[in-house]
Amino acid sequence: MTAVQATTRAPAARPPISPPTLLRASSTIVWRNLLHIRRMPEMLLDVTVQSVMFVLLFAYVFGGAIAVRGADYKEFLLPGIMVQTMVFSSAIVAMGLTSDLQKGIVDRFKSLPIARSAVLVGRSISSLIHSSIGVAVMALTGLLIGWRIRNGVVDGLLAFLLLLLFGFALIWLGIWVGSMMRTVEAVQGFMFTVMFPLTFVANTFAPPESMPAWLRAIAEWNPVSAVTQACRELWGNGAPAAADAAWPLQHPVAVSIGWSLLLTAVFAPLAVSAFRRRSRD
Amino acid sequence: MTTAPAVEAIDLAKHFGATRAVDGVSFVVPEGSVLGLLGPNGAGKTTLVRMLTTLSVPTSGTGRVAGFDILRQPTEVRRSMGLTGQAATVDEILTGRENLKLIGSLYGLPRKYVKDATERLFARFDLVDAADRMAKTYSGGMRRRLDLAVSLLAAPPILFLDEPTTGLDPQSRSGLWAVLRELVSEGTTLVLTTQYLEEADHLADEIVVVDKGRVIAAGTPTQLKDQAGQASVVVTLTHASDVDRAAELMSSCSAEVHVERGSRRLTAQAGGLGDMTRIAAVFETSGIELDDLGLARPSLDDVFLHLTGHRAEAGGAADLTNEGVAS
Repeated sequence: MTAVQATTRAPAARPPISPPTLLRASSTIVWRNLLHIRRMPEMLLDVTVQSVMFVLLFAYVFGGAIAVRGADYKEFLLPGIMVQTMVFSSAIVAMGLTSDLQKGIVDRFKSLPIARSAVLVGRSISSLIHSSIGVAVMALTGLLIGWRIRNGVVDGLLAFLLLLLFGFALIWLGIWVGSMMRTVEAVQGFMFTVMFPLTFVANTFAPPESMPAWLRAIAEWNPVSAVTQACRELWGNGAPAAADAAWPLQHPVAVSIGWSLLLTAVFAPLAVSAFRRRSRD
Repeated sequence: MTTAPAVEAIDLAKHFGATRAVDGVSFVVPEGSVLGLLGPNGAGKTTLVRMLTTLSVPTSGTGRVAGFDILRQPTEVRRSMGLTGQAATVDEILTGRENLKLIGSLYGLPRKYVKDATERLFARFDLVDAADRMAKTYSGGMRRRLDLAVSLLAAPPILFLDEPTTGLDPQSRSGLWAVLRELVSEGTTLVLTTQYLEEADHLADEIVVVDKGRVIAAGTPTQLKDQAGQASVVVTLTHASDVDRAAELMSSCSAEVHVERGSRRLTAQAGGLGDMTRIAAVFETSGIELDDLGLARPSLDDVFLHLTGHRAEAGGAADLTNEGVAS
């Protein structure tokens, strides 16, 4: 019977399958995602050209009208823009994940003998790389218009690490949203609706002292403000927070780490369970 | 048969809220054979395939692929099978070659093997010229072939195909059929879903007809056609003026005669060839001129209509398989 032949033939021709480790599978997926960026450099527009436009817009159009204590406005601005760029990682991860889910690519990965978390790990790492390219472009733009790191290498690097940590925390928000929503357009609409108030009602572009008291309270407790303030202090871009600023801005480095851990603790379980739920159907 | 079945569905069910997408389905696919899961859109075919390939977790029941339990040994199942999903799930931004490299690396296959297998598969699927182009420039047929090449990279003994030819033009479809038949001749077990009766008839050794999440019939294509009931004799007259006389004559031979005046066609229920020769003899003596006289056996579409009360393909005409045509 043909079935008997089948048992002797098909397996004999099989190559050795050695399911990759989580690290190897994830890095393969990162390779694939980065290849996407190389093929479609326009994917980087959100964190490069757009951010540069923000820098120019605020530095030269609005900046003159914004009073900042103890620093040049451009120095004040750059850390804020970099945090904003990092916050966008969550939108980037969400859109990438939804697109892969929508197109059946995640199904394809799930049909392979790899850890399913590799899909998320790969996505997260490539999104962080994506945002980091944006931060690097911001730093170069900043250097051109007069922004400097004034407090030495260690503090300077620490600020970049804080940015990465904060981006990592927000990635989970992105995975959560990306797993829940069905279309890239919906994700884009939702994420930008969240990102804008999150990055504007903060100390990113203007000092909160000039805001109405209630808004100032929101802005000063906004995690984005803590990270921005931490970067400013570590890079020596301007004076410490105002004496009457809320508690988080008085201890920005510790609070940034705290917020990152808290956000991760809240969103990581939500994200993983939403992705699992989506993956069971 | 001494070997274990390649694929088994054991009372599989999947409920989405109140919807019973799959409602207790069992079947067995012997090694080296082709099972066709036939049913209309929304019958639960895709959900069945998703459960058997470990993409979706069943609400109840289980299944085995290559002897491995889909719930308890998902990794072994994934190593033993390939899946070509409904939408060609290739990465559009990568080139054809990069798609295979990606999947090869995720299987942990040796680099050298992936390279050689890629050349072999691309030659086989006529993709050599397109190998270094982004998949988004491919035609629908090429994407399916690339998808299939990706599924075959690790040479799985069992291949699941979810509506492999939906949306393809007839030429690409028959090309894909040829490839699938070749795989079967090499010993691969196929489980394919289709809403095309012709496709199931063409490829499958066994057909399981699914409707509303349940199996409503199973058997070989011939068995299913026999189930749909009798064959019929179809007569096409040369002159429209003979229709009434012809209907009268045929009624004397068969209990049920159906008349289509416009096309000058009369259809009579018939038990088999005996009835056909009797009707032929009657017309012979009557002197009525005929364009055509033949025996029509029910198509799978008729089978589906008979089983479910609705047609399988929206707007799909019943293609009568005429046997014994005389003109």
